[in-house]
Parts: sequence; C-alpha cells; structure tokens
Amino acid sequence: MAFEALTQKLEAVFKRLRGKGKLSEADVKQAMREIRLALLEADVNYKVVKDFIQKVTERAVGQEVMESLTPAQQVIKIVHDELIRLMGPKDTKINFSQSKVTTIMLVGLQGSGKTTTCGKLGLYLSKMGKRPLLVAADIYRPAAIKQLQVVGEKVGLPVFTMGGQDPVAISKAALEHALRFNNDVVIIDTAGRLHVDEELMQELINIKEAIKPDEFLLVVDSMTGQDAVNVAEAFHNRLQLTGLILTKLDGDSRGGAALSIKAVTGCPIKFVGMGEKLTDLEPFYPDRMASRILGMGDVLTLIEKATAAIDQEKARQLEEKIRRKEFTLEDFLEQIKQVRKMGSLDQIMSMIPGFSPQKLQGIEFDEKELVHIEAIINSMTKEERQNPSIINGSRRKRIAMGSGTSVQDVNRLLKQFEQTKKLMKQLSELEKGRKKGRFKLPFFNF
Amino acid sequence: MGFFDSLKQRLAKTRNALAEKVESLLKFSARIDEDTLEELEEILITADLGVNATEKLISQLREKVKAEKIRSPEELKEALKNEIVKVFPDKKLDIVSPTIILVVGVNGVGKTTTIGKLAYKFKSEGKKVILAAADTFRAAAAEQLSVWGNRVGVDVIKHQEGADPAAVLYDAIQAGKARRADIIICDTAGRLHTKKNLMEELKKLYRVSEKEYKDAQIISLLVLDATTGQNAIAQARIFKEAVNISGLILTKMDGTAKGGVAVAVASELNLPVFFIGVGESLEDLQEFDPKAFVEAIF
Ligand SMILES: Nc1nc2c(ncn2[C@@H]2O[C@H](COP(=O)(O)OP(=O)(O)OP(=O)(O)O)[C@@H](O)[C@H]2O)c(=O)[nH]1
Ligand SMILES: [Mg+2]
Repeated sequence: MAFEALTQKLEAVFKRLRGKGKLSEADVKQAMREIRLALLEADVNYKVVKDFIQKVTERAVGQEVMESLTPAQQVIKIVHDELIRLMGPKDTKINFSQSKVTTIMLVGLQGSGKTTTCGKLGLYLSKMGKRPLLVAADIYRPAAIKQLQVVGEKVGLPVFTMGGQDPVAISKAALEHALRFNNDVVIIDTAGRLHVDEELMQELINIKEAIKPDEFLLVVDSMTGQDAVNVAEAFHNRLQLTGLILTKLDGDSRGGAALSIKAVTGCPIKFVGMGEKLTDLEPFYPDRMASRILGMGDVLTLIEKATAAIDQEKARQLEEKIRRKEFTLEDFLEQIKQVRKMGSLDQIMSMIPGFSPQKLQGIEFDEKELVHIEAIINSMTKEERQNPSIINGSRRKRIAMGSGTSVQDVNRLLKQFEQTKKLMKQLSELEKGRKKGRFKLPFFNF
Repeated sequence: MGFFDSLKQRLAKTRNALAEKVESLLKFSARIDEDTLEELEEILITADLGVNATEKLISQLREKVKAEKIRSPEELKEALKNEIVKVFPDKKLDIVSPTIILVVGVNGVGKTTTIGKLAYKFKSEGKKVILAAADTFRAAAAEQLSVWGNRVGVDVIKHQEGADPAAVLYDAIQAGKARRADIIICDTAGRLHTKKNLMEELKKLYRVSEKEYKDAQIISLLVLDATTGQNAIAQARIFKEAVNISGLILTKMDGTAKGGVAVAVASELNLPVFFIGVGESLEDLQEFDPKAFVEAIF
C-alpha cells in the first residue's frame, strides 16, 4: 500500500509524545523532526517538506489539545488537515468542451504510463456516456502505435493512427476524424519525453497551439523521487497543465510525489492508476489519500466499490454468519467471487485501516486460482464444506482427484480459508469499537 | 475503540533514531559549520539517496573528519564523494558462453529498450545474441522487442500475446542451443514487486533457465529508472530474493534525476551497477563509472 511506511513512521512519532494541555513548542519540534524525515523517506521533495513543516509547526504550536485527544493525536490531526489542504481541493472533473469535440492530451516522461492511462481514461469516459477516440501520436517508441491499438481494442474504442507522420498533423487530422465520426472526446497519447528535451517539448507546444486541448494532463509515476518537482514544474511552465494523473499506486511506493507535484504546479491530481487492468482508474480524493497517509485506510473508496459490486442481501446473510461464527467454505467461495468484482483482494484489504500488506501474506488469489478454488470446493461434500475440520488426509486426496488439483492445492486452500476466517474475526473486532454504523463495510458487514 | 486508539495500538514500537543522528551530525565539528552539513544533506537527499544512506554516509564522514583532520568544506565534500564511490561493489558483468540474461524490473523502467542496447553492444563484440520476448502480457511488447531485434540484426523468439512466458524462454533456449548463440537475453513483463503471483511467474523463468540449459550461466539484471525514489530499494530487495539479481542497470540518466537511490540499493544489497542508459537509441548505453556518477550528484 502506498504511504504505508510513512504512516507507520508518523504513528511511531506520535507514540512518543506525552502530556496534556497546550502543545508546547518543544513537543511540536520533536514531532516535526520525525515527520520531516518520514516525508523525505516518502520521496516528498526536500523543499516541499521544508515548507510543509514550517506551516504545520506554526499551526500546531500553542494549540489547545482537545479533551478527547492526546497531544500526539492532536498533532496528527493537524498534519492530516495540512496534507489534505496541500493535495486538495478535490477536482476530478474533466473540462468538457461545450461547442466542439473535447480534446485531452496526455503527456509525461518515458514509461510513466501514458498509453495504458489513455485506454483507462477512454473506458472511464465511455462509461460516462462519451464516445472517445484514442489517438496514437507517439511516433517514436517502437510499437507504441500498436500498443495503443491493442489497448483500444480491449476497451472497445476506436484508435486513430497515421503511422509515423508529424504528431501535429496527426492531432489535427484526429480532430477532424472525430467530428466526422461523431466522437465527442479525443484523447491523445503522446510520446514519453524528458522535460529537458527542447525539441520534443516544442513539439508539444506545437500540438497545443494547433488543437487547443481542453485538458492537458501530466501523467506521473507515483514511484518518482525528488525529481518529480523538476519534471512537473518544467511541463507546467511550458504547457500550462490543467491536471495530473498519478500512476502505479497499486504498488508500495510511499507516493510522496503526489504532494510534491501538487505543491509545485497547483494543478489538481485528477485520477490515480491502481493497476494494470484497464478498469483500474479511480478519481483522486485528497482526503482519502491523506487518510491513507495517516493509516486510517481508504475506507470511503472501499465502501463505494463495495456498494457497487455487492449483492446486499448476500452481504447481510454473510454478516449473520460471521457473527454466529458459521462462516463456511461455501461462504468463502461466494465471498471471493463478490470481492473479485471490486478489484484484487490485496488492493481491497489495503484500504482497510490497520492492515498492512504483510498481514495479507498467504491470502492472495489470482483469477486462475479462483477457478481452482471453485473446483476444489465443488468437489467437497456438503458436510465437508460446512465443517472443514473433518477433511483428513484421505478426503484431501479424494478432493484433489475430483477437482483435478493436487493435495497441496487443497491444503493451501484450507489454510487460506482458516486465515481468512481469522482475519475476518480480527476485522470484526476492530470494527466493533467504531461508532455504530459509521464505517460499515457492506461486503463484510461487521 | 476510536481511530486514534487503534492507531496507537497498531503501531510499530521501533522508534526512529534518525532524528538524533542528524542532530549529532550537526554538532560534529565546530569548524565545519551547520550550513555546510545542511548543504551536503540537501544535495544527497535531493539526489534520492534517501535518509538512511545519507545518514550512514555522513556518519562515515564524521569518522574521517576525526581521523584525517579535515578542515575545509571543500575537503569535506571530496571525502564524501570518495565515500559514495566506495559504496559500489567493484564487479564487472562477466559473460561466458553460453549465458542467459533475464532482464527484470517494474513497469516502464526501460527493460525492452535496454535489451536492444545490450544486444547491440554484445553483437558489436562479436557475440551471437538471441532475444526472447517473454513479455507476453503488455500490449505490443513482442512487437516492440522485434523492432529492436531488427535494428540490431538479431533473432527474436516470440509467441502470441497471453502465451506462457516460460514457453517463450524454453523455445529461445532451444533456438539458442541449435544456433549456437552465446547469449540469450530474455525480456520480461514489467511487474510491481508487490504482486506475488507475478513474482512467482518470474521465478519460474529462472527455474526454466536452470533446468533447460544446464551449461548456461544465468544472470538476472534489474533495471531501475533513475527518476525512481526510495521505492527502488524495495524493488531491488524483492527482485533479488526472487531471481538472484547480479547487478543493476540505471536508465534515463539523460534526464535531470541523479539516480541516487542506486547508492542506497548498492549499499544495502551489495549490488553493482553495470550500465547506465542515457537515451533512446542503440548507442545510449554506457558502462557505469562510479566517479562520474558521483560527480554528477554534486
Ligand atoms: N530518455 C531515456 N528514455 C529511456 C531510456 N531507456 C528507456 N527509455 C524510454 O522509456 C520508455 C519505456 O521503455 P521500455 O523499454 O518500453 O520499458 P519497459 O521496462 O520495457 O516497459 P514495460 O515492458 O512496459 O514494463 C520508452 O519510451 C523508452 O524509449 C533512457 O535511458 N533514457
Ligand atoms: Mg518492455
């Protein structure tokens, strides 16, 4: 999970602060020293960190500690607010043109994820009822055009190509093509380029002047280090960006680049890429991101996804079962299926507060495994599904035979089941303390 | 249990000692003042060395200041540069025939491009090279590698998109044996090191190499993008565990990023940097020169 490590650091910092009353300068200074290091470790730019620390220190010193909080908690709240402020306000709207075809340009360094994002954004917009046209304007990288064509086919969108011709000409022709074929959005995939490559930066300026894009979006890899500010600043100064997209957030980078690029460009981060699948594009929520930084988990996103994907009645039944500790392998299978509708399990779990990816070891599933699991569970008797503890060696052999898997597969599944059961118990305990109804997770419904 | 309580409870007890270390750093010499040290710290952090590596280097520097009676900021800087150069293990990429090179890394770092450059380099040295397009996942990845194969004039073994990467490598090994290739370079799909099933897939490629070509030397090279921050350390650690990385290639060094995280990676995992990528054409691969690398940081 991105930001996980930063979270842990901040949490460690605040454990050390003690006392009540007003936050003393000494308290705050001590906390800020650690926060500074944590932010630097998280790849937030050196200067951005300096700025941030100064602001937060000013705000924190002398503040009355609220009755319900410890000083540590008070400081974390202030840091949290400031993080939200720095990364916000929330703005995930695409600026659609009223009169003409809406044009969106994606630009960025090599390998930042433009082509994939082009497909994702196209899919996202087509789900909103738009009819996007993808445009292959990366004439440099080998097979870049082919890549966009394949991506376009996967998301069912047309791709405009003109081989290796001038990207300005391609962009202009694409616009005309869009008008003629009734596409209301054009998304241009440009070649990756260095912000110091004068010639190629000029090319972008030329395209910009030719087609006057409604959105000029910089695609940034969330793993980027200190250089993120130089890149974002250079692109912004030359091209007046309208927004940013942060990619590869499904990894474990701490994502400090998010803070940096927002701070130097002032442009909203509109979307985040959460995986290699073309559905893995999500709006960027500053508050959720800040919450993730502080270990509150991305509960809101989870709820949103869960509500969309989950059959409410089944969820209610499951809730009953967990409460009565009757969670069986059948429920397990049902649940895996439902969870899969929301995204990968580790992605979902990482949004739950208090769960670090390490805790997820051994409970990962991929699509192929899911088929195995289904086969294995289907090969069990009803009794076995209800009460897995009776599955001894010979039963395991029979189940493996019946499902065309190995005994190891069966063992692994049973282990995963036990782990999931345990995890769900822990989760439900964690949830119990929460204010009733506040963070209800529809899919587990504790 | 409220949010803050659970936060407190869940937390790692390990308290971060860095703050004190930085503090002591600021006190270590009266003659070399705080500004000098802060300047050095800023240089290292801004080059992506990270807090830990920076702190470690500064403490080594401190010993040196004592032992060698360093007085001026200039001397201090030189001493620091030397410390950084020493971090890199002095190992060269040693190719014997036959060798299988697995090129691995996270998405978009420059694996495929680097393979083109490597193939060009080896071919110019008179070696027979075969490329294996084992990135069967990303759209048009095999086509991309084929373009490089054509440019260099080496054979590319490929299957269809979605095929088993291990099968591609298997075929490349058979072709390598039949055509008496010196080097088989295997392109792999970009993958985040956190995706366990994809890392398992990578291990399988390594196992296939061991099993199907017993005479061959197997070398795994990790490609790191110089713009990457501290996450590169986790990448290197996990890729090393998976496929026994022998060294690094640092790409995109033609930009403004310094690639300083390679210092942290080298020091933590004792991995040499073999090459750097400095552009997008065939010739844009250079032997790694630690001295030049360090000069560029300052
Ligand atoms: N400026 C510069 N660009 C580079 C360098 N190496 C690679 N690139 C560019 O980075 C982009 C990504 O390179 P690829 O070789 O496709 O990267 P990859 O790791 O194979 O990517 P995936 O297979 O998608 O994970 C391309 O646009 C390359 O031209 C370099 O040293 N300098
Ligand atoms: Mg590739």
